[in-house]
Amino acid sequence: MATMTKKDIGGFLARQGILVAFALFIIGFTIANPKFLTPDNILSVVRSSAILGVMALGVTFVVISGNLDLSVGSMMSFSTIVVLDLHDTLGPTMAIPAMFAMTLALGALIGFLVGYLKLNSLIVTLGMLSAIHGLTLTYSGGKNMDIDDKSGTWLSVFGQGQIAGIPVPILIFLALAALLGIVLAKTPFGRKVYAVGGNGVAATFSGIRRARTVFLCYLMSAACVATAGLIQASRSMGSQNTVGQGMELEVLAAVILGGASLLGGSGTIFKTVIGVLILGFIQNGLLLMGLQFYAQFVVTWVIIILAVWLDIAAKRGRLWSPIA
Amino acid sequence: MKPGTLSSFLKRGAIWGFIVLELIFFSLAGEFLALSDKAFMDLDNMLLLLKQSAPIGIIAMGMTIVMINGNIDLSVGAIFALAAIILLDSLTWPIFAGLGDWVIPVSWGMALLVGVALGALNGLIVWKTGVDAFIVTLGAMLGYRGLVFMYNGEQPTSHLNWTLVDFAEAQFLGLHTATWFLLAVTAAIWVLMTRTVHGRNAYAIGNNREAAVNAGIRVGPHMMINFMIIGFLAALSAVVFYSESGSVNPNDGQLYELWVITAVVLGGTRLTGGAGSVISTFGGVLAIQLLRKGLGHIGADTSTVNLVIGLILIAVLFLDRQLNVKGKEELKI
Amino acid sequence: MTEQSPALRLEGITKTFPGVKALDDVSFAVMPGEVHALMGENGAGKSTLMKVLGGIYQPNAGRIVVGEEQAVMTNPLEAKSKGIVFIHQELSLAEELSVAENIYLGELPRKRFGMVDWTTLYARTDAILDKLKVGFNARTRVGALSIANQQMVEIARALTVDAKAVIFDEPTASLTDAEKVVLFDVIADLRSQGVGIIYISHRMEEIFKITDRISVLRDGQYRGTLETAQTNEDEVTQLMIGRKLDLSRNASHHELGDVALEVRGLSCGTLYQDVSFEVRRGEVVGFYGLVGAGRTEIAETLFGLRDPSAGTILMDGEEVRISSPVDAIARGISLVPEDRKGQGLVLGMNCRDNMTLPQVDDLKAGPFVADGAEIAIFDQYRDKLDIRTPGWKQMVRNLSGGNQQKIVIGKWLSMHPSVLIVDEPTRGIDVGSKSEIHNLIRDLAAQGYAVIVISSEMPEVLHVSDRIVAMYQGRVMRSFTSDEVTEDSLIQAISGITPDKVA
Repeated sequence: MATMTKKDIGGFLARQGILVAFALFIIGFTIANPKFLTPDNILSVVRSSAILGVMALGVTFVVISGNLDLSVGSMMSFSTIVVLDLHDTLGPTMAIPAMFAMTLALGALIGFLVGYLKLNSLIVTLGMLSAIHGLTLTYSGGKNMDIDDKSGTWLSVFGQGQIAGIPVPILIFLALAALLGIVLAKTPFGRKVYAVGGNGVAATFSGIRRARTVFLCYLMSAACVATAGLIQASRSMGSQNTVGQGMELEVLAAVILGGASLLGGSGTIFKTVIGVLILGFIQNGLLLMGLQFYAQFVVTWVIIILAVWLDIAAKRGRLWSPIA
Repeated sequence: MKPGTLSSFLKRGAIWGFIVLELIFFSLAGEFLALSDKAFMDLDNMLLLLKQSAPIGIIAMGMTIVMINGNIDLSVGAIFALAAIILLDSLTWPIFAGLGDWVIPVSWGMALLVGVALGALNGLIVWKTGVDAFIVTLGAMLGYRGLVFMYNGEQPTSHLNWTLVDFAEAQFLGLHTATWFLLAVTAAIWVLMTRTVHGRNAYAIGNNREAAVNAGIRVGPHMMINFMIIGFLAALSAVVFYSESGSVNPNDGQLYELWVITAVVLGGTRLTGGAGSVISTFGGVLAIQLLRKGLGHIGADTSTVNLVIGLILIAVLFLDRQLNVKGKEELKI
Repeated sequence: MTEQSPALRLEGITKTFPGVKALDDVSFAVMPGEVHALMGENGAGKSTLMKVLGGIYQPNAGRIVVGEEQAVMTNPLEAKSKGIVFIHQELSLAEELSVAENIYLGELPRKRFGMVDWTTLYARTDAILDKLKVGFNARTRVGALSIANQQMVEIARALTVDAKAVIFDEPTASLTDAEKVVLFDVIADLRSQGVGIIYISHRMEEIFKITDRISVLRDGQYRGTLETAQTNEDEVTQLMIGRKLDLSRNASHHELGDVALEVRGLSCGTLYQDVSFEVRRGEVVGFYGLVGAGRTEIAETLFGLRDPSAGTILMDGEEVRISSPVDAIARGISLVPEDRKGQGLVLGMNCRDNMTLPQVDDLKAGPFVADGAEIAIFDQYRDKLDIRTPGWKQMVRNLSGGNQQKIVIGKWLSMHPSVLIVDEPTRGIDVGSKSEIHNLIRDLAAQGYAVIVISSEMPEVLHVSDRIVAMYQGRVMRSFTSDEVTEDSLIQAISGITPDKVA
């Protein structure tokens, strides 16, 4: 039986198209600068992508469930500032769980608003972006946070440690990716996330508690953000209030690049990891080629739009939109 | 009274009621808590408030039409910054050196043109690719900001032209230049949305796109024009503001999209398009500025303002939903 | 009307979709000044025919003649410009705009600088509204109007063009009696202006009141045209149902069990009132009525998706409160919903995942979904229901309507419910799969399930039900056993005609 219709092939090509473009980039970068594909450089790219990557893992859940989270950048600043502050008063053993609890509380609030009250996630998380930013500023009194004794604490492990020569942030990112990848692909909860995002009405008609599922997705997202904040705090041992500002966009870009649809119901953790890496390698490659740091923003913009365009073009079976 | 009349009355009137409440609250709080020795509702203070509303307000007018049309534009902050840089930088370009003060209209024109062009690019992509405006302008927010940084790195771009500063600081009939621009833009967009075929079609497209298409309205060009208008207004907001301040940081305009969308949503424009009013958006702009100023007046800092604005945006969304629930007969999904 | 040429003539219209001949050589003509009823059961081809007339579908064969000219239409705008105008059942208005703006949508009169010429717009609109004698004016916001008045706006829109033929698609579905009178006046007016009118409705009473002739479609074929004055409801019904129905009236051949579900005096606001019935194990109870009669809403209440405003629900004699689908499923109530793609399935998920969705929490191996158990369930119900799919990995989107419906049914059967509610079991499903699903429903009853079938197709209800509950405007009109039911009495009951003899 012919199971692959023309549309499927188109979709297949469109998806592979991104990987092919990525491969071409890599080959091009490698020719332009042989340093590009060395283990050192690869490791450095992955390490610098780890914080973004960890956040993208959580946002993947939210996006697959059919919602958005624009508050992760602000929330990451919050986590970083809180853990740095509490570190000096409570010590790392208590500071880390306390920070997680506070970040999760924020995630629960968003989850309640979007899941149970069914408010538009774009506006809610836009509002939370501002509100959490304000909260962070209030908390820190507008000052930067620093740890007093930077060399005498094991907090540094998460951002600066190495195990078998591999930086800990990479290990955290990969371990979390593996764990969440399994949760999403193999557990009943993961299945429900896909169902709720794919067709929330049908999910409800199948006895799935939609509100609870959405709520849990935001909790996952907050947990990932807290982890990212921990890595950030541990790496820098001091931070500005605005450390995560703007990251919500890069995170979303990575998730969309990976091929998750903003309409919900599709995407995987593996694809998100690919999206994070594509973003990281392209940014790094452009830098190695001597382009300005900020040119990567422009390139990311072009890539996001091309990726989404190709995806929907494949789905509708024509390149240009039918809008008159 | 027909069902729905009350809720739509509340929605229409709510923003002005909110403004009155803010005025009363901040006046009383300032007075009785002795947090400030100046009266809040002082004429000069209110005039200043109007002037300070202008940068957000001018862009919010553009956002209103884009949202009524059923789209959204997240790239306005970046367009704002880029237009500001073009304005201030081009004032010093050697090729314009011979123009004297005639460089001012030329620079203004260039900055505005850049705004229109960036808006047109957004609109064209939305139209031709069919990618959702949210994603297109989210990408542009990043991309246009990248252009801003590429232009002059992380350095501020500064140039004070005293003729321009005088113009920007001038007061006519008691109102500042920026206020006049805000009022003029509000009036123009009001005319556009209530009196012109383009404006009425924009409502129709946001309201019932299929019906509009079936009636032969061309959706694409309308969307593109609206993106060009918001690009123009983001640039206009920048030229008015930076004519006076004379220095732009590459991070300027960040979070403007948040403020602008908050003002528009506060004003009651429907998130899904088709409904909204320019006058209510004006109210939304005033309400936000009052809040910022009022919180400052009673001694709160920017952080509290951010917190309060975020929470108010969410509260409005919640109220709007409560007012629109059809009651017990709605399917519980 | 011999010398006059018809306002609208259809000649041999044929439209095929892959595997289905939706319209087969349909020909009839509507004269100027005639009100011509188009009747047929759901699925008879009426809506396809309307889409052909509206330029949404292109016919594979045949032609449409408007006045003297052949009309070829590739979009709704062209249909309008040829003088074919639709008054849709689902309104296509922009609610936030004024009446005038809606009437001239896309054609607003202009002044200089792209300004709307309001004077001309309002003058033209008022002229049209005067003709319609409506109680609102050109400046009223459409969203503030009642449904009936919104329909008037649609009609007014029809009057802005030089309409040759106006098609009313179930125009009275949501109108009150008073509003209907106004509508009929308008139709009379249009007719006096020499416009040809096609009037689509299921309501016999109206058909006999206002139409001149009645054309009947059945299974996509034209079955004849009757002079309204010279026919009667029986003859029309006969023509509509026509075929030797596979109506081995299903009196149960097995013993009925206990009452599984009983509903007493159930009401839900304005949607339906004071509904009482019971369903026994082994019994199929059919709910028949027009769209909007409240049947689906009852099902949704039983499934926990609506809160009743009054009344009680009893299962196995015990009063229960069902406030969510989770409750309903726990009580053993399952719902195969009316809108298969919107409510029944996650189209982007595969067959297996759709089928096991409600029990995914119970199918666990450790913390994971038990793959093997899932596949076993899928295989079992694929075989049992004869679902044709290359494998469980197939996206549900790619299955035919019949197989999709079987996935939904399988989803609930695998939960072993005690009450199965099936809303429009065969909507949009080809004839072959239809009878399969009918047989399946009968089998389920024989196995002891209590089944509720909601359908708008009379043959279906007659075929599968042991008892039939007829509903009209939110109320139960009559309840029939399969022995006593006749088509006439059923049609009368759902049209709101109280039977002469007390049931």
